[in-house]
Amino acid sequence: MDQPFVVGGMETPVGPVPRVSSVLTARDHWGAFKVRWGYGRMRYRVDPGLYALGNPGSNDPVLVTANYKLSFDALRASLPGRDAWILVVDTKGINVWCAAGKGSFGTDEVVFRIQACRLKEIVSHGTVVLPQLSAPGVAARHVKVRTGFRALFGPVDARDLPAYLDAGYKASEAMRRKRFPLRERVALIPVELVHSLKWAALVAAAFFVVGGMLTKGPFWAAAWQAALSPLTALLGGIAAGAVLTPVLLPWLPGRAFTTKGLFAGGIFAMALWPFLDPQVLRPVEAGSWISGLLSVSAFLAMNFTGASTYTSLSGVRREMRWAVPLEIALLAGFVGLWLWARWVSA
Amino acid sequence: MEEPFMIGRLVYLKDVVTLHLDAEKCVGCGFCTVVCPHGVFVRENGKTRLADRDACMECGACARNCPSNAISVQSGVGCAQAVLNTMIGRSGDGCCSLDSGCC
Repeated sequence: MDQPFVVGGMETPVGPVPRVSSVLTARDHWGAFKVRWGYGRMRYRVDPGLYALGNPGSNDPVLVTANYKLSFDALRASLPGRDAWILVVDTKGINVWCAAGKGSFGTDEVVFRIQACRLKEIVSHGTVVLPQLSAPGVAARHVKVRTGFRALFGPVDARDLPAYLDAGYKASEAMRRKRFPLRERVALIPVELVHSLKWAALVAAAFFVVGGMLTKGPFWAAAWQAALSPLTALLGGIAAGAVLTPVLLPWLPGRAFTTKGLFAGGIFAMALWPFLDPQVLRPVEAGSWISGLLSVSAFLAMNFTGASTYTSLSGVRREMRWAVPLEIALLAGFVGLWLWARWVSA
Repeated sequence: MEEPFMIGRLVYLKDVVTLHLDAEKCVGCGFCTVVCPHGVFVRENGKTRLADRDACMECGACARNCPSNAISVQSGVGCAQAVLNTMIGRSGDGCCSLDSGCC
């Protein structure tokens, strides 16, 4: 693979190892920006293997990471001015936590990579530092038995690595917790937006065509008039479910994400209400509009469980038992009342 | 107690996770307290106990790294999109193959 972030080579007892810098270039930042918007996420990879950060020797630490380039970049950027070995395992371009959950960042792969890179001939301390979030996939004691390398779990966040290393491979309580701060929640918004807007465009087109056919008058004018209400409902639902919900997550009432989404949708509907076209505010049309906005907001909020850092599978299944039927009912209200409004006016 | 205005601490549903700690088998090594990202375990007087079971997200890190098989949990990814995909028979990687920033 062409890897422009490699800044040279380094001779080692087992041959040359690519060298990388802790300084991210404009190209790295542009790549990160693109994947944040959902472009080429599955192709944003680093070749698995060993890399030299700075000018490491046989006593410098070995830090293990996934071959998703966003993970790799976060790791090296957190270690300015330091020398370390970076061992990239093959997670098929998936981030550390996801890959550990699915097993591709697992004991077998870590063992294989330690052996394939002949790490024993490169470092003398016999220790590798794994990201804590790889623990769902990696059994540290099995790595020790199979390779002789002591596998330690470093901090959750790469940015705590300097403090961890300086403390002699010790992480504080705080470094061991995965939180979900505003900065991380906001970073997820673009990809949620891109994904939901793609679907919304298809649905809006359907409303447009059906609306044009069901309403009297020239097709385009009729279509536009009929689609105005569902279009604003869709966009409002997306703004509430994919933007407002992630931002306000800790402050929205309820524990279930669907509940949070319904509140966000309600807030948004009330805020938009004074600015609505009088045509949307007719009783049946308004019912469709509110149902539509709430169904989209609730559904997107429910789907945000997958992006969050603290929801369990058992919990999500329990939430979905009531949330999915509710969302289907709201969706039926959205489409049904809209059709009824066309019927009444026809 | 419901805490709608909590700041910084996000907790999911109550009494739902499949996590169990067998006190008989526990050797008190404390490794689970190291790998758990949500502070579910606490080690006291050479034994480990569940201090905050509802904070568990069933990632399975503790069970994978427990040397005495004292921990059991049906691990999985808490992602509605993945559950929906399974329900409609779309195989695969659940949400991670889609473009959500998940898991």
